[in-house]
Amino acid sequence: MSAATIVEHGTEKKTLREGAFGNATALACRECGHQLELGPFYACPECFGPLEIVYQFPQVTREQIEAGPKNIWRYKALLPVPDDIEQSPNMEPGFTRLLKAHNLGRELGIDNLWVKDDSTNPTNSFKDRVVACALSAARELDAKVFACPSTGNLANAVAAAGARAGMKTVVFIPSNLEKPKQVNSAIYTENLVAVNGNYDDVNKLASEIAGEEEGWAFVNVNVRPYYAEGSKTLGYEIAEQLGWRLPDQIVIPVASGSQLTKVHKAFQELIKLGLVEDKPYKVYGAQATGCSPVSVAYKAGVDAIRPVKPDTIAKSLAIGNPADGIYVLDICRETGGAVEDISDEEVRAAIVLLARTEGIFTETAGGTTVGVLKKLVESGQLDTSLETVVINTGHGLKTLDAVSDIVGPVATIDPSYAAFVATGLA
Amino acid sequence: MSVSVRIPTILRTYTGGESEVSASGATLGEVLEDLDARYSGIRARILDDSGELRRFVNVYVGNEDVRFLDSLATPTPDGTQISVIPAVAGG
Ligand SMILES: Cc1ncc(COP(=O)(O)O)c(C=O)c1O
Ligand SMILES: [Zn+2]
Repeated sequence: MSAATIVEHGTEKKTLREGAFGNATALACRECGHQLELGPFYACPECFGPLEIVYQFPQVTREQIEAGPKNIWRYKALLPVPDDIEQSPNMEPGFTRLLKAHNLGRELGIDNLWVKDDSTNPTNSFKDRVVACALSAARELDAKVFACPSTGNLANAVAAAGARAGMKTVVFIPSNLEKPKQVNSAIYTENLVAVNGNYDDVNKLASEIAGEEEGWAFVNVNVRPYYAEGSKTLGYEIAEQLGWRLPDQIVIPVASGSQLTKVHKAFQELIKLGLVEDKPYKVYGAQATGCSPVSVAYKAGVDAIRPVKPDTIAKSLAIGNPADGIYVLDICRETGGAVEDISDEEVRAAIVLLARTEGIFTETAGGTTVGVLKKLVESGQLDTSLETVVINTGHGLKTLDAVSDIVGPVATIDPSYAAFVATGLA
Repeated sequence: MSVSVRIPTILRTYTGGESEVSASGATLGEVLEDLDARYSGIRARILDDSGELRRFVNVYVGNEDVRFLDSLATPTPDGTQISVIPAVAGG
């Protein structure tokens, strides 16, 4: 942006400071291309399609990025954030570890397997990335309240980031959410609202509130275009950590489908900017059978996604009406990947498998992703000779209940050596 | 049969800024027709060229997404609350 601009939002007029959104220049409809000025807009006024950020990227080099901080702001030139983003308090998520998964790879018969472990972000899920970008937008748009509808992890991230930024937060969740995710939000905000209904009901309510209340930034509703860009950093990091190249295959969990879409976008941008070599790669989406509208559409070979009423232990992925589902279908089909789903039993088993092979305790979303990886290998849909990355998006301590009945003490014994020997473990 | 329709921000240019308007009709299809008679052009924003709901719009009759009901044939009894809402990203 060359100078301060004024955007109208309802009856309010806001002055944007120069460079408020970095190298972003406009918003454009992903469906029909209609362009809008940068502001708190998220749906195309022509066709309701999602608005995406348009950039004019400067020349960016690997060296510039590598000299940056060890968090997502090393990629700030590629995000809709101001150049002085590091001056404002934020949670500084990102640059999480990319672990070579020797044991899991051996177990599954994959020669070259990596786990991108995003459970080590500040509030233990990848949502800290998207929220950091949403927070920047909320700040630049002068929002008074930082808010979200959430399946749990997003609420945790919004509540914590809002606290650190000194903003009022209000987070909405389905009332049947896992207790640890509720506590993980309520510890950071006094305004946790539990809604009787599923995530799609919570989403509807948030959209209605966003339409009525001035000055509320719902991270995934009215500042969605900025929020969604945060997921690109997962893709950038994987490429950088592999030594500035793309993997051959990547398996990503799908709820709304935003993350998968943005990791693909990140890979495409890196190619366009000349930061990695152009090459084919396959993108695979993972869902739990109890909420698998995208996988169902993929298998049926259709383009339209039929919404479902979720019924699965993978509550963080329980979005029955995925907004970006059709883009997930497009990307998985175009790249030669697939979308697959697994049962709750398989999700539980995969959580244990990842923990016992790699020492990583994942939540149900990661269980879904690792379990789908296993199924893709078994069904021959995934080439085990190719370099593969699987993303773990959240921490297992948030969904302890999912596995607390299937793991525990192998024996309960008296404190005597004889009793120990009797267990057969010696 | 009078129903109440919640209008999303991007369509309020049609309703003179009103966020909630009244309309009538026995089904959602009829309500949208009546709405279009009152606010010319609004229906074409919600439906595509073949007369189906656009992909990125969610319409609720009461608290239920009409894609779980009878879509445009969903009955809209007197006093029904209808909401038109753009799809949003994940949470
Ligand atoms: C841990 C975890 N993984 C994956 C997802 C799915 O992300 P998306 O909605 O971008 O598909 C979520 C969404 O809430 C999540 O909490
Ligand atoms: Zn459009």
